[in-house]
Amino acid sequence: MSVLSVKHLFGLEDLKKQDIFKILDTAFKFREVLDRPIKKVPSLKGKNILNLFFENSTRTKMSFELAAKRLSADVTNFSSGTSSLKKGESFKDTIQNIHSMKIDCIVIRHSSPGSCINLTNYVDAAIVNGGDGFHEHPTQGLLDIMSIKEKFGKIEGLKVSIVGDILHSRVARSNIYGLIKMGARVRVCGPPNLIPRNIKQLGIDVSHDINSTIRWSDAINILRIQRERMGIGIIPSIREYRKLFGVNKKRLETYNNDVLVLHPGPINRGVEIDSNVADGPNSVILKQVLNGVAIRMSVLFLLLGGSD
Amino acid sequence: MVGKTKKFDKYLLTGGTIYNPIDKSSKKNDILIDNGVIVDVGKDIALEGYNAIDCSGKIICPGFLDLRSHFGEPGYEDIESLETGSKAALKGGYTKVCMLPNTNPVIDNAESVESLIEKSRLIDINIFPIGSITKNLDGKELSEIGLMVKGGVVAISDAHRNVKNAQVLKNALEYCKMFEIPVINHAENIDLVNDGMSNESFFSFKKGLPANPFISETVGILRDLEIANYIGARIHIPRISSSRSVSIIKRYKDLGLLLTAEVTPHHLGLSEIELKDYNAFYKVSPPLRSSEDSDALIEGLRSGVIDCIVSDHHPSKIEDKESDLLNSNFGTIGLESAFPYSNRILSQKGFSIEQVIDLFTINPSRVMNIDLGKISKNEVADFTVINPNSDWVFEQSHIYSLSKNSCLIGKSMKGKIDFVACKNKFHII
Repeated sequence: MSVLSVKHLFGLEDLKKQDIFKILDTAFKFREVLDRPIKKVPSLKGKNILNLFFENSTRTKMSFELAAKRLSADVTNFSSGTSSLKKGESFKDTIQNIHSMKIDCIVIRHSSPGSCINLTNYVDAAIVNGGDGFHEHPTQGLLDIMSIKEKFGKIEGLKVSIVGDILHSRVARSNIYGLIKMGARVRVCGPPNLIPRNIKQLGIDVSHDINSTIRWSDAINILRIQRERMGIGIIPSIREYRKLFGVNKKRLETYNNDVLVLHPGPINRGVEIDSNVADGPNSVILKQVLNGVAIRMSVLFLLLGGSD
Repeated sequence: MVGKTKKFDKYLLTGGTIYNPIDKSSKKNDILIDNGVIVDVGKDIALEGYNAIDCSGKIICPGFLDLRSHFGEPGYEDIESLETGSKAALKGGYTKVCMLPNTNPVIDNAESVESLIEKSRLIDINIFPIGSITKNLDGKELSEIGLMVKGGVVAISDAHRNVKNAQVLKNALEYCKMFEIPVINHAENIDLVNDGMSNESFFSFKKGLPANPFISETVGILRDLEIANYIGARIHIPRISSSRSVSIIKRYKDLGLLLTAEVTPHHLGLSEIELKDYNAFYKVSPPLRSSEDSDALIEGLRSGVIDCIVSDHHPSKIEDKESDLLNSNFGTIGLESAFPYSNRILSQKGFSIEQVIDLFTINPSRVMNIDLGKISKNEVADFTVINPNSDWVFEQSHIYSLSKNSCLIGKSMKGKIDFVACKNKFHII
């Protein structure tokens, strides 16, 4: 049974603030476990967790796998690239087959928004959304919030900006929902055709100027620019994007040398972020990766009702 | 099966109110039937040897006419055959259905039309084929429109596909001037649809739904209306979904263009919010939009800017509807529920049931030039008997279609079809 007020983690939009606090607190405890020489606890021994990835992923899948293993759960991986889906088996059949194998928890990534919710029609396992189309990527949002909290000790009152393609980003949505709930002031920055109309209804700022955004922010979360969006009339060129929105050392030095820099990865070095920023003192990008394991341990632990 | 079906011979329908949508008159009269033909209409007919059916409190009107149904024959009989489609139609009070040409093969030549008309003689409703505008719906070469018209098509349309090339559409509109049939072009600019499946709005952003802004529709309609206006051709705009489209259509109607337009029941009563749980049963084309759009569509019907309601009956196998949202098919079935659902929505907005009946009978018959038939002596019996006061909930068991993909399951309905008379048969629904 879940220790949280929800049975599944679909997104941060519908998650209660107290649940976010609980996930973060537990994640910080697991961070301590990850710093020990033996990084494994028996909390979820005997539980079966399935990574059901219909979309390509390296880090998220590995992070969930590692999190499950560090909790002593048994992990099975499914990737659509190597599955019978290629032979024409339907989403429903695939899932019902997998479910017959008695799984306690399913982590699903899929290109269709709401696919994690669709899954509840067929299985009664706890479901964790590992990214559903443009909708949400809640564990990424949580690990970003954790990384900001680790630096500042709080979220409330902080000014956090998200830079890049907001329209097509599940990471942006999860960050926005989570940060607002935790009392941060949020700004999005990017070209107007990549910022959703009406987004201000969420009570957040919109900017198209990276320099003033850097100056305004305590933390900036820089999104990956998808190369497939280039050349279809959305962004004219990589060099233009770099010039208008790229975060580089000179911009940090000129506008705000104290700003915390986050990036959910994978990084396009020299496009949305320069190497000297990604690898520089403002960056917590690698800490985000470590916190990602802690957050996923926390989420799996709390949803599967593991005991201390 | 549609309840029971009997040969319509020696029947006496007593006490019903006969509504005539042509002169808007309502009269309480008995109807006497011999061998599928109305032999008498009058007060207190009493004859021995006739099956008496009590129609007290019920409204009898001409059988409904649908301008937009997808049946799968030929080619997709496992989704909807002419026979199963006709049962769904009868359940909904329809006796006449215009069938879209996106079958396999496509209805784009005289032989296909002839074959379809031949097959439809055997079923219990009247089928009116719509031919395609372009061969194989490819949007390039015109179909054999003239030969298809001679064979019996009542309009041309590339069904759910938009004729993207404006010159091809201009040719079709000009060519059709000699046939007096409407051209029906799917009213969406496909580039602006941008693979969207939800109305572009604050809601679609929050839910991460690929969005289709209403300008895909208004840009599509504006182009088509400008061309039709230039030529002076007759055009029918299918399935409008947005408030702005209503204003645009009004503007062109005011200019005197030979223009008609239709709307679906689900666009009148449902909004984008239905997609909150990512249920593909609400994935329809065009997408469900805001409740303000629905209100504008209802006002469009009231003012006559929108001419009629169509079922947009679009069957889909269940496995193509219960996958994830992205990979599920568009569309909903609608024949069974179109009238009672529209009546429920519109009665709440002050429409009388007679006004709603007009939107299913006389109005579509004028769009398509299809004779509605009369409920009077020596006419063929083709009518629908409605219980106007029945409030009920639409459930899967009410579906007679071979496909069960209805976006209205669980919704409240007002008015129930009790009997339908068509082609010398009496159907107890």
